[in-house]
Amino acid sequence: MSAGAASQRMGWDPAPRQGWVAPHIASEFPGLGVAWIEVDARPGKSPEPVRQRLRDLSDRTYGSQAIRLRERPIPWAYRVFFRQIGLDPDRTRTPIEQLTLDRLHDGGFISKGLPADALNIAIVETGVALRAFDADSVLGSLCIRDSAPGEGLGGEAAEMAQGTLTIADEIKPIGLLFGPTAEGYGVTRASRRIAVAAIQVKGVPQIAVEEALWMAGATLEAA
Amino acid sequence: MDGRGDSGGGMTTLSEMPALLRGEEFTGLGRGVDEREARLQLRRQIARLEAELASVFGDAFGHTEVPHRVAPAAAAPRVLDLGQLEAIRDSLADRIAEARRALVEREQVEADNRELLCQMLIAPQDFKWVRISRTDVGEPGCGAWHSRPRLGPIGMLMGWWRVKVSSGCPLSGRLAAVERTETRKAGLHP
Repeated sequence: MSAGAASQRMGWDPAPRQGWVAPHIASEFPGLGVAWIEVDARPGKSPEPVRQRLRDLSDRTYGSQAIRLRERPIPWAYRVFFRQIGLDPDRTRTPIEQLTLDRLHDGGFISKGLPADALNIAIVETGVALRAFDADSVLGSLCIRDSAPGEGLGGEAAEMAQGTLTIADEIKPIGLLFGPTAEGYGVTRASRRIAVAAIQVKGVPQIAVEEALWMAGATLEAA
Repeated sequence: MDGRGDSGGGMTTLSEMPALLRGEEFTGLGRGVDEREARLQLRRQIARLEAELASVFGDAFGHTEVPHRVAPAAAAPRVLDLGQLEAIRDSLADRIAEARRALVEREQVEADNRELLCQMLIAPQDFKWVRISRTDVGEPGCGAWHSRPRLGPIGMLMGWWRVKVSSGCPLSGRLAAVERTETRKAGLHP
């Protein structure tokens, strides 16, 4: 089946679009990448099958796994990348570690509605870092680049320190890399099309990225 | 090997050595211009050290608390310079050394406790009222070995000592019953 036929049948294109990384950043961090899909979906309460899946995931996640999580290849790759960009992964948690800790703290993966639940399912299943944006606000292709002098997140007046690593569209930074999303680019109740982006770092296989995006997209579409 | 013909910039050739000794000519040699390779090398070292620290952390968990925190180098994600990467690499190496030391010390304590337990099981009367928990000997669970007199005061007077093994972790039902009893005692429920 061609990608076009699959896209028509599924209502979204399962083949992720590959964003670009600023050349000087790519030369410093080989393997760094961003890929994303766009899905027509309405944010809101998660349907019962999604909540059931979260409960099943909760039953499969134990404390002992949380301790050994940092030794598994994909979570380890994100921890290493966090260290390499100056973050402490024990303070600014990697997405998979944060979710696992929340699971232990709350006694289960708590449903937070869509698209959060779809992303959380995909993150827990694959370990890949995902985040969601309002696709209608994003202009053109996503990329990873460092901030220019005087640039603020989402064009805000508050300047970021020069050289801060960001996810940007073709115009401006729309979120910190592994940090908050700029105002106006996050998914709100008014969003009708959601961009799910995966941040790939060295050590995370392409197939895991594709699986994570497919899983999140399929969950959003099914809802 | 004299390093001649090394174009990677990683080794100083002998012909450059006299020039290196004269500080004013240092910049002309092109050394220190491209630090990218050094940064990549440091990132590889950080990756290896992070894996080692994760392994030691996993091994130590449940036995002892090991130092594993490394202060962040920046408030926001950024490309770190050589000095910052070196600082992270050194901190990670220090944490691993400290964690290994803590783990070895803990293993020694557990080995001593296991030896003590063996002696206590052989001659309980020599270790009156000594209690060794499973944690003390590096075992999971909530059990304990307790040297106690048989038949209470009579055993104490007669010197009938034995090691009593506790039945392990309380079941959740029993814990719930304790909570209910305490709530009733506090007068919160009729």
